[in-house]
Amino acid sequence: MKGTLFGAAAIAALAFGLQPVMAQESIKIGFVSTFSGSQAAIGEDMRRSVDLAVEHLGGKIAGKKIEIVYEDDQFKPDVGKARSEKLVQQDKVNFIAGYIWSNVLLASLKTVTDEGDTILISANAGPSQIAGELCNKNFFSTSWQNDQTPMAMGDYLNTKGVKSLYVVGPNYAAGKDMLAGVKRTYKGTIAGEDYTKWPDQLDFSAELTKIAAAKPGGIFIFYPGAHGVQFVKQWVQAGLNKTVPLYQVFSIDAITLPQQGDLALGTLGAQEWVNDLPNEQNKKYVADFKKKYNVYPSYYGAQSYDSIMLIASAAEALKGDLSNKDKVRAEMKKANFKSLRGDFKFANNNFPIQNFYIQETVKDAGGMVTVKTIDTAVKAATDPYADKCAMK
Amino acid sequence: MIGALRTPRGLFTLALLVLLAALPLLTQAFDQRYVLSVGTRIVIWSIAAVSLNMILGYGGLVSFGHAAFFGVGGYAVGILSANGIASGWIQWPVALLASATWAAIIGALSLRTRGLYFIMITLAFAQLVYYVGSGLDAYGGDDGLNIGRSRFNGLINLADKASFYWLCLVLLLATVWFSGRLARSRFGFVLRGARSNEQRMTALGFPVFRYRLAAFVIAGTFGGLAGILLANEGAYVSPAMMAWMKSGDLIVIVVLGGTATLFGPLYGAITFFALEGALKPMLDLVHKGWGEHWQIVFGPLLVMVALYARGGIDSLLGRRHG
Amino acid sequence: MEYLLVQILNGVQLGLLMFLLAAGLTLTLGIMDLVNLAHGSLYMMGAYLAWTFIGWTDSFVLGVLLALPATFALGVVLEMVVMRRLYARTHLDHVLATFGLILFFNELVRVIWGPAGKSIAVPPFLANTVEILPGVPYPAYRFALIVAGGVVALLLAWLVARTRMGMLIRAGASNRRMIGALGVNIELLFSLVFGLGAVFAGLAGTIAAPIGSVKIGMGDDILILALVIIVIGGIGSIKGAFVAAMLVGQIDIFGRTYLADLLKLFMGPASASAAAPAISQVLVYVLMAGVLVWRPTGLFGQRS
Repeated sequence: MKGTLFGAAAIAALAFGLQPVMAQESIKIGFVSTFSGSQAAIGEDMRRSVDLAVEHLGGKIAGKKIEIVYEDDQFKPDVGKARSEKLVQQDKVNFIAGYIWSNVLLASLKTVTDEGDTILISANAGPSQIAGELCNKNFFSTSWQNDQTPMAMGDYLNTKGVKSLYVVGPNYAAGKDMLAGVKRTYKGTIAGEDYTKWPDQLDFSAELTKIAAAKPGGIFIFYPGAHGVQFVKQWVQAGLNKTVPLYQVFSIDAITLPQQGDLALGTLGAQEWVNDLPNEQNKKYVADFKKKYNVYPSYYGAQSYDSIMLIASAAEALKGDLSNKDKVRAEMKKANFKSLRGDFKFANNNFPIQNFYIQETVKDAGGMVTVKTIDTAVKAATDPYADKCAMK
Repeated sequence: MIGALRTPRGLFTLALLVLLAALPLLTQAFDQRYVLSVGTRIVIWSIAAVSLNMILGYGGLVSFGHAAFFGVGGYAVGILSANGIASGWIQWPVALLASATWAAIIGALSLRTRGLYFIMITLAFAQLVYYVGSGLDAYGGDDGLNIGRSRFNGLINLADKASFYWLCLVLLLATVWFSGRLARSRFGFVLRGARSNEQRMTALGFPVFRYRLAAFVIAGTFGGLAGILLANEGAYVSPAMMAWMKSGDLIVIVVLGGTATLFGPLYGAITFFALEGALKPMLDLVHKGWGEHWQIVFGPLLVMVALYARGGIDSLLGRRHG
Repeated sequence: MEYLLVQILNGVQLGLLMFLLAAGLTLTLGIMDLVNLAHGSLYMMGAYLAWTFIGWTDSFVLGVLLALPATFALGVVLEMVVMRRLYARTHLDHVLATFGLILFFNELVRVIWGPAGKSIAVPPFLANTVEILPGVPYPAYRFALIVAGGVVALLLAWLVARTRMGMLIRAGASNRRMIGALGVNIELLFSLVFGLGAVFAGLAGTIAAPIGSVKIGMGDDILILALVIIVIGGIGSIKGAFVAAMLVGQIDIFGRTYLADLLKLFMGPASASAAAPAISQVLVYVLMAGVLVWRPTGLFGQRS
């Protein structure tokens, strides 16, 4: 009996990490991403980039030690929300960054920005709600708004003269946003449209057979992570790579290419950052990343790296004094840092106003499959929801 | 009742309840707001676990779709809130009624089956609700929906963490009390009788199907209550709250704590949520970086409980009285 | 017409893959009355082991052939260490223990193979398409899957219908106590049956890998589908699992192919194309619920 009670108390004490509150000597950044399960590779790429950013900063911002607390959202909104809550309330972090998934971000948003009055930097997810009516002074993005990337792709397809397009994506909120995005700018005919089960569909044979029958001028897909691997493999196996070109967003990248390999060669995609963008900070980032991990970084990583650098720029400008939140927000808003995609400004809703590029899958000099920039799709684009945001 | 206090079980439960009641004061005194957030979630999950225990423990009906009631209760609140009806006096009764109705429908269809077939048909219906939820584009679909918390004319402010916690705790105690009364009533007797021998209860003239259906509806209604609270806790609803893994978690909590016991679901919920928090730092102490692999220990722990702790955590407190 | 044929083949291929996964599950459930949620983990382990062996041998066929005995061994060990102690317990204990095993295996894979997924390439001789009819190409690998799956299904049918082990399996599925009375070494039989189920799961995971990807948790979602199939077919019935798998394969493909056109007969094109994907997602569950309401023990299950 005594043992049980003691055990329970010990568990409780450990569980809730009862620890004395220490004076703020360091700059603490919480980082929420997916580190377990089928999408853990994305989280790993982000973590590596954050570690690299800290290394490039020499471990310090304005003379204060940088402390990163990583939390795993397990690809579940409720878990992500609970972890974010922990970072705000227990770890008392100065900033929270990360978030791959729209639903995890939306679940966590209020807890962090409103109830916790903590600044949140999305390093990937960009749901339309947060760009529009839910926009928030404590929210910043170093990525994009969901609609923007496919809209850039649609623009490019117009200039390339693709007459008809078959669009396929997973049947969930971001999937629908992405397909709606490409349809918003693409002016040719839509030869067909399919939404597949998410996240547990592993077979695309029915859709590929329909595409083969429809004989479109191109396929547009959105399948992040492991699903992109599956779609590309099956597209090649069905022999469609010889007849129908594949255009994609977020489906062929440094995370998926080691598995897609040669199968993805020649495919085109749209992105706001590509590993060969010719600016100094990007060259250094990509070279150091490759040296350290022997693989290319992805945009997930680049956006995460930027999120840390954005924080660093604001904290440096204030000499490490983060006590006045209004000042911190004002400094963040300036975006006065060397982004890996080149300089950008924030729109009124705190999303970047930025270029989007067209990338092609190629082999590099060492025979490794990667992507390279071949064109600029749109310049200095603001997302279509910015005017719905009440902030100025 | 007084006699029960002299047993170790009674003392332990009393101590636990006192601790739970004082939690907001303690967390404030020690500046540990996060502990209160975890506590609130544990209490809400306990309500759901107690309600599942009514059918799973006492009735022997393993429902693998109980998280659907999180969704039905939560979405009823969320949809009303999104349409400008913020009053809890309207939201909550509607949500409870919706949960009861849904429970009546799937109960009537599912209770014709037994054993694994029952497990699977309840799962199927829960998946139906899940996909309906992620198809509700007007209410955020898979992204979920940010909502305002229910309003009660200034009677209680649900945005206040301590008030909300105490409300959840009171509702949990009410649920436990109700479940205890139910188990000891004639109704509970028939339910337990049918669990061990359905034919005999039928032969004795009890309409077993109707009793089970009633139990299913009651359990579903309390499950819906947990959904209402969960929606108000995060001011957010999403289909993920009714994913099949959540139904699995609920079963694990009930079995871990001890099926067909009064407070077992509560012990189960505390252990389930505390173990992760405990295992991570312990593993990190052994070797830095091992903490994130806590599931490699947590998994086998569950296996051990299934193999060796018959009757769950509740049985560790000694033999049950009464 | 050719289009319809190809879609039917797609359904057959999907069904055969699901049958391999469901066959082992229905055997362990029927004979040992064991709810094994970790069956999907064996599917995953089979794929990861095959990936490793293919890396060692540089040959798809050799890698798969090595992975099969390895998953068999894994299954037998799992049976002896954990499952054996669960037979006498309730379904609830099974759920708890095997749920724990899922967590364990998912994390184990992350520790051993890392968080990034792995890829198994289609063997070069199956990388192209074959013409099933003149002018109608079909992926060669999928065609091989249909052939291989069909052969394995026939093999299993022969094993269950014609061999002594099959006789015991059938006896066990209908009356568990009886095989004990026959003087059979039950422990050995159970280990073998569990190992056999593991091999089928591992085989399914391995041959599905070139179509999909080898990743953590790949067995968890597909496990639910396998459970749906054995429940539709009737627990313990190999024939039932086969029929249900074929049914589910066809219905799934149908939902993704023709449902939108079908709905357009009843509603506007816009709402039809919005409703079709939503409905096709739940079609399989509706089928299961319908079958169980009509026949509470599945299509070929034992009537109680």
